Amino acid sequence: MSSSTAVKLADGKNAHRELESVVVRFAGDSGDGMQLTGGQFTLATALAGHDLATFADFPAEIRAPMGTTFGVSAFQINFGFHVASTSGDEVDVLIAMNPAALKVELKNLIPGGAIIVDVGCFSARLLQKAGYERNPLTDDTLDQYHVIQHDISKLTLQAVKEFGLSKKDAVRCKNMWTLGLVYWMFGRDRQPTIDWLKNKFSKLPQLAEANIAALNAGHAMGETAEMPDDSTAYTVQPADIQSGLYRTVTGSEALAWGLVAGAELAGLSFELGSYPITPASTILHILANLKEYDIVTYQAEDEIAAVCFAIGASYAGSIGVTVSSGPGLALKSEAIGLAISTELPLVIVNVQRAGPSTGMPTKTEQSDLYQAVFGRNADSPLAVISAHSASDCFDAAIEAIRIATRFMTPVILLTDGYTANAAEPWQIPDINKMPRFPVKFHTDAKNFAPFMHDEATLARPWVKPGTPGLEHRIGGLEKDDTGNISYNPANHQRMTEIRAAKIAGIANHIPLQTVVVGEETGRLAVVGWGSTYGPINRAVSRLRADGLYVSHIHLRYIWPLPRNLGDLLAGFSQVLVPEMNNGQLLTLLRSQYLVAAEGLNKVSGQPFKISEIEAAVREQLEVQ
Amino acid sequence: MMSSPKPVEKLSPKDFASDQEVRWCPGCGDYAILKAVQKILAEIGASKENTVFISGIGCASRFPYYVDTYGFHTIHGRAPAIATGVKLANPDLDVWVVSGDGDALSIGGNHLLHTLRRNINIQILLLNNEIYALTKGQYSPTSRTSTRTPSTPMGSLETPLAAAKFALGSGARFVARTVETQQTHLLDMLRRAHRHNGASFLEIYQNCLVYSDGVFSNFTAKDVAADKQLLVEHGKPLVFGRDRERGLRLKPGTLDIEAVVIGKDGVDEADLLVHDETNPGLAMMLASMHRKMMPIALGVLYCDPAPSYESRIMAQVEEAKSHSTNGDLNSLLRRGHTWVVKDKQAKADA
Repeated sequence: MSSSTAVKLADGKNAHRELESVVVRFAGDSGDGMQLTGGQFTLATALAGHDLATFADFPAEIRAPMGTTFGVSAFQINFGFHVASTSGDEVDVLIAMNPAALKVELKNLIPGGAIIVDVGCFSARLLQKAGYERNPLTDDTLDQYHVIQHDISKLTLQAVKEFGLSKKDAVRCKNMWTLGLVYWMFGRDRQPTIDWLKNKFSKLPQLAEANIAALNAGHAMGETAEMPDDSTAYTVQPADIQSGLYRTVTGSEALAWGLVAGAELAGLSFELGSYPITPASTILHILANLKEYDIVTYQAEDEIAAVCFAIGASYAGSIGVTVSSGPGLALKSEAIGLAISTELPLVIVNVQRAGPSTGMPTKTEQSDLYQAVFGRNADSPLAVISAHSASDCFDAAIEAIRIATRFMTPVILLTDGYTANAAEPWQIPDINKMPRFPVKFHTDAKNFAPFMHDEATLARPWVKPGTPGLEHRIGGLEKDDTGNISYNPANHQRMTEIRAAKIAGIANHIPLQTVVVGEETGRLAVVGWGSTYGPINRAVSRLRADGLYVSHIHLRYIWPLPRNLGDLLAGFSQVLVPEMNNGQLLTLLRSQYLVAAEGLNKVSGQPFKISEIEAAVREQLEVQ
Repeated sequence: MMSSPKPVEKLSPKDFASDQEVRWCPGCGDYAILKAVQKILAEIGASKENTVFISGIGCASRFPYYVDTYGFHTIHGRAPAIATGVKLANPDLDVWVVSGDGDALSIGGNHLLHTLRRNINIQILLLNNEIYALTKGQYSPTSRTSTRTPSTPMGSLETPLAAAKFALGSGARFVARTVETQQTHLLDMLRRAHRHNGASFLEIYQNCLVYSDGVFSNFTAKDVAADKQLLVEHGKPLVFGRDRERGLRLKPGTLDIEAVVIGKDGVDEADLLVHDETNPGLAMMLASMHRKMMPIALGVLYCDPAPSYESRIMAQVEEAKSHSTNGDLNSLLRRGHTWVVKDKQAKADA
């Protein structure tokens, strides 16, 4: 099967272009509502039966100065037959709400692609702000594209005139006008967005009606206007999706719900301690809205208090969870060491962002692998797992809770800014059919010692304070089996070895590493982790379609690594490790398996393009 | 299967002693505090299993190892944050935090501030010896200016922090002070702190024989205690002195208090201030009195209960449940837009 995403034109008479997948990018000022518009388009697209993946690319400033290039907020969606969690390389249709958006985003547009622009915003002042010396709409800048230009601002004002809004409110409806036009281009149903607007503005019916009028007006423009040629309406193949009940889900939603589900499957109450940090705060917001599910969320005074709160909750018999990003994780390190020393379950979610230090908070990166695996004082091992897509965050969160409670250990779950904000269709699981892993608290006072270790898992017993007869003390000082302080040299040696063996032993209780695409041996394995899944998957599929023996291996388990991984890698002549960092998994694989793996590293704050991975693989294969 | 409840055995202070050898220096003030706490636990009928002691790092923070209840010796400064997690996970537990001046006011100042203002229902004991003892004698945030220590050989430069003022400023609803050598008063204060619903903050002046010996003797020494200590009691005049001949009054024409002698300069007892422990302004004035010029106020400086944080968060959970039309987790996952994808055969048939 060819998995090419190349544009395939229909036979001229048809006003539609037929495509296997298409990438649409909405770009405008950070106040233009591009994320929200993109979200609505995502829902309509999912309802039309497409596989899809989205990418939110926005500035850190809440309202950056209007019309500036650094204030451009963009939302990209890739949809079609088979998308595999990648938001796509080149853009087929670009919506540029002002000159700055055009300036920033044009480079991503495929030659022959379509641009929708609001000419009403191409004033001399805004052109100058965007750094244009001449108007790109009137010179040859856009010659190789299909430009669809309307005075969207003016048309929107006309469409909403009867609702008596202020000019400011009226102009703000222009994102819905634009969405209406895009809906027409792709044959989308407007009703879900109309319902959503009615619900969102239920207390301001005027605003709801105005936005709906703008949406309809944009759609009507598509139907009636004379388009520059016949290639601006598209038909994209719907996906061949497994039957079932679906919804769209963002990584943040899937992660929050996965944590709740994990706690339920473990039979535990759930406590979240968190301190606001981009891009992890969304998870706190989602969980704070779930109080009716007995969820306690606690916005702590700082990152340290947030993790300490979670440790206290776990000590008391709940599953304590903290969510943060890299700089927050750095602050939590000492407390995580306490949870390692006292062998308490704890889930730490790190929604990675570009660093070091404050870095680029709204831009994605996966550069906290070293921090997660190694970033604490002393020999302080814990489990590290990762999620590879928005919907996968649900399963990964459940797995984090399973490992934490079964092995009495902190678990770091690595996701990233891309995954947190990305949306994709998700087959909704039935919680009643998922395997449960109920926690058994220790209550038997006979032969009890708080740090006696289970033979199979090396986990210590979990005792809830409140259990009669088992009163004991634990702490961060080295202890013997009784929990009492011990400076005995042999004891410290033994306890250090137990802590290490316990984490290493988790490898016996996780699935063997499988190959996502391709054979289990071959010329080259592309090994990834986290959100690089989509682009690697598409790249490897394309390469294989060209007859190259390439396989895609994607790791959920970062530490310990799956016990067959070394043998698996040894079956390939070459190993290529694409990462959005400077080579962190690469170091881990080389050190663990003495494998001559090569890195492909991208730290631009942007996800990999499929073509970048494809090109790197070709280069590797030619080198040999 | 039902079993008839066993009659509750009254535990003695000894029952609250763990099997661990206490390893504070001989003569350390912490011994007296440990003894008083064990006594109070017995007196209030505490159950071992429902009591948790949580500490940070420092001499005082070894405390949990010596009490035969649940105990958690955590990391430097973070005990209030961990205690908050414990209390929210299980509000039925009786949670005590034991801390020192470095632990609570330096590295852990932030957590103390927020735990007090949130009003988590726990007891926080601050064992203040005005020194870092476990790390061998550096000055602490409560050390007086010019204190010479290994890290301040020419004397410390900072203005010392008054713990009670810090607590009041943080919004604590219970602030009390006592001295480790005055067992009766110490027991009284522990009792009051425990009885208070919400975060209770008890500062205990505690002598370190090795690094700050005698630092409190200007008001604890037997010959000066009566003249230098003002033991405040709610509803009673603020009187002190060997013959209870002195007291505090509002300095006429100012917003300040002054020490006066009853019977002198036309002052009689009716002129004296009466302690009102619900008055935060008075509490702040009592906590701020200059140690050289004025007596030190001991006792419950401030007590004005308000609903605890955990009771309010549980109320929010209950409220959310009462308004909710959602059921189980499956219904959560199905909130909003969903759609059904039919299998290929069904599509072909349709």
